[in-house]
Amino acid sequence: MTTISKIRYSRRSLLKTGGAAVAAAALPAPMVWGQETKNITLRQFGTGVSNLNDVATKVKEDLGFTLEMTALDSDSVTQRAATQPDSFDIADIEYWICKKVWPTGNLQAMDTSKIENYDKIVGIFRNGKLTPESTIAQGTAPHTVGFVEGPGGREFVGTESGWMTLIPTIYNADTLGIRPDLIGRPISKWSELLNPEFKGKASILDISSIGIMDMAMVVESMGEYTYPDKGNMTKEEIDLTIGIFTEAKKNGQFRAFWKSFDESVNLMASGEVVIQSMWSPAITAVKSRGIPCVYQPLEEGYRSWGGGIGLSSSLSGMELDAAYEYINWYLSGWVGGYLMRQGYYSAVPETSKTFMSENEWGYWFEGKEATDVITSPTGDALAQAGEVRDGGSFEERMGAVACWNAVMDENQYMVRKWNEFIAA
Amino acid sequence: MAAGGFDPPAYRDPSQIKVNAVLRNSSVVGWLLAAPLSLVLAVFLVLPIIMIVVVSFWGATEWSIYPAFQFDNYEFLLTSDVTYRVFLNTLKYALITWVFTLLIGFTVAYYLAFHIRSLTWQIALFLLCTIPFLTSNIIRMISWIPFLGRNGIANSTLISMGVIDEPLEWLLFSDFSVILAFVHLYTLFMVVPIFNTMMRIDKSLIEAAADAGATGWQTLWHVIIPLTKPGIMIGTIFVVALVMGDFITVRFMSGSQSANVGRMIQNDIRLLQYPSASATAVILLITVLLLIGTLLRFVDIRKEL
Repeated sequence: MTTISKIRYSRRSLLKTGGAAVAAAALPAPMVWGQETKNITLRQFGTGVSNLNDVATKVKEDLGFTLEMTALDSDSVTQRAATQPDSFDIADIEYWICKKVWPTGNLQAMDTSKIENYDKIVGIFRNGKLTPESTIAQGTAPHTVGFVEGPGGREFVGTESGWMTLIPTIYNADTLGIRPDLIGRPISKWSELLNPEFKGKASILDISSIGIMDMAMVVESMGEYTYPDKGNMTKEEIDLTIGIFTEAKKNGQFRAFWKSFDESVNLMASGEVVIQSMWSPAITAVKSRGIPCVYQPLEEGYRSWGGGIGLSSSLSGMELDAAYEYINWYLSGWVGGYLMRQGYYSAVPETSKTFMSENEWGYWFEGKEATDVITSPTGDALAQAGEVRDGGSFEERMGAVACWNAVMDENQYMVRKWNEFIAA
Repeated sequence: MAAGGFDPPAYRDPSQIKVNAVLRNSSVVGWLLAAPLSLVLAVFLVLPIIMIVVVSFWGATEWSIYPAFQFDNYEFLLTSDVTYRVFLNTLKYALITWVFTLLIGFTVAYYLAFHIRSLTWQIALFLLCTIPFLTSNIIRMISWIPFLGRNGIANSTLISMGVIDEPLEWLLFSDFSVILAFVHLYTLFMVVPIFNTMMRIDKSLIEAAADAGATGWQTLWHVIIPLTKPGIMIGTIFVVALVMGDFITVRFMSGSQSANVGRMIQNDIRLLQYPSASATAVILLITVLLLIGTLLRFVDIRKEL
């Protein structure tokens, strides 16, 4: 497959030598090309996971315009998307945030006919199914908030309507992180988080909308309760879930709660905590310090999340065209390869493949043994030859998703209860 | 012609004479002098507070706030036992921190003011106290974390000295570490005003006390402490206001496990519940004002400054 970025690059060289007309005729994509493009600045903000300066640098190189990145935590991202629509052009948010923010009208739907790789986007984001046989997990599954009726639609629709709210960029399946050296026995269930054996050495994240899902996984695993829908609990279910954790907290089960990525890394690396909710790159960060850390696959499955790019409703004209160019470039593989080498998944894996070595593709995506050292995009060694990825292949991991990060109907009640939990 | 040449030209201009007359009126000058500060305070202090009070009566949805006049926020706040627990916890932190900062701050100031004889040394040592403040508040706080951790310097030192066998868990992510950080961060705010008032105490009063046969303790209790009260009071106001309004120290040092009012407000803001955050802020403001009002009944700072 030829990559868009390569075409763009050659086109720009042509422009430089004065062959603009020839180049424009030869290239089919909608054109915003020219000297003015270089003056375009798109302001993107989002969670730290994908707001990488390397991406901005590469955009400048491949597309010519400037991308300003701001990285914030999930709550601040929601806040900004909902309250300061003029402060950004591109919002890199998660699907559950989209459910919260979309009704404000601060984002505009995207025409999928302008997305070149739309047909190659993984099924999870289009009809909810990884393979035709898969069942759809509980929670705010991305496809349920992925489409609206038309350009101005405020209501989500359940079908592929041609108007997308977010163009999916990255996603992953989350589970508990453990320190195998300090635990010394196999861990296979979510309920281990509340096992008294780890009293004073456990942690959970203090972001209510994600934390409650981890709690629900634990409660189900303990056999205390089976939720009809973890992603949309009733008040009684919320009381029950948080009640169990409040009791554990009072008994001193938790060492600390974390809110930012770095905190989780430090808690784990310092040995303050041996089992906790964690995100994939945090595991990578602990490992790259030479400390053993495992992203433990568990029997009950994963809690998954997905992120995507949304466009500000105030974006129009040349900037809007540039944003579409950016999205097309995003899905064309370079970013996907970059993110997959950190342990995330790209929405269009097949384009990312061309930007990864066979060894990397085998290790990260296919769950095969590494044939050589696996390094992160920044050059740290993450795995040696012979190691396999925790949880295995893409299908094994994404096929075992038990729930998606969610916003519940009783969200406000849940947040109040969460605050009580923290204050307890 | 020659005589007229010496007259300042202003006196010849009738309008200028009027301006001068107005300027000579002391109350006008007073108003003018006060104007810049009043303006700054009005725009940057009074106005925002009015805004907060107004918003505290508004309503909120998940993603927006809308103007209204309702008491829902206050009703929820004042009927929830979490609020009381959190306010009590905040007051507890303030009280304990106050006791420690006062004891340490008073001792340091006393030593500087009465035991160091030369002014040069006094100034040098005083500046020494401020050196840690050249780095950021947050960095000073966070540097406690690796020190106090399970495998931190404190625990490993104690273990290697044979004092303890197991690492002390309560050193970090506990009320102990929160208060330790508060005391570390805010003691200087006690030292400065107390040192300042102590330096103004007339040394002859202490000599007189000694001549009248007072012991050191008697002098301290009957002469120095009463005369230092305004300084203590100013330091107290600093410390109490800082601790009551803090959110970041409690979050980091308790590992997010304890709550105080500041964190409650922060959580609301993060979840876009601005009206509820404003209501909490208003209640906090009233609490702190009442507290300081009560303190000021004991000491008249104006009179004694």
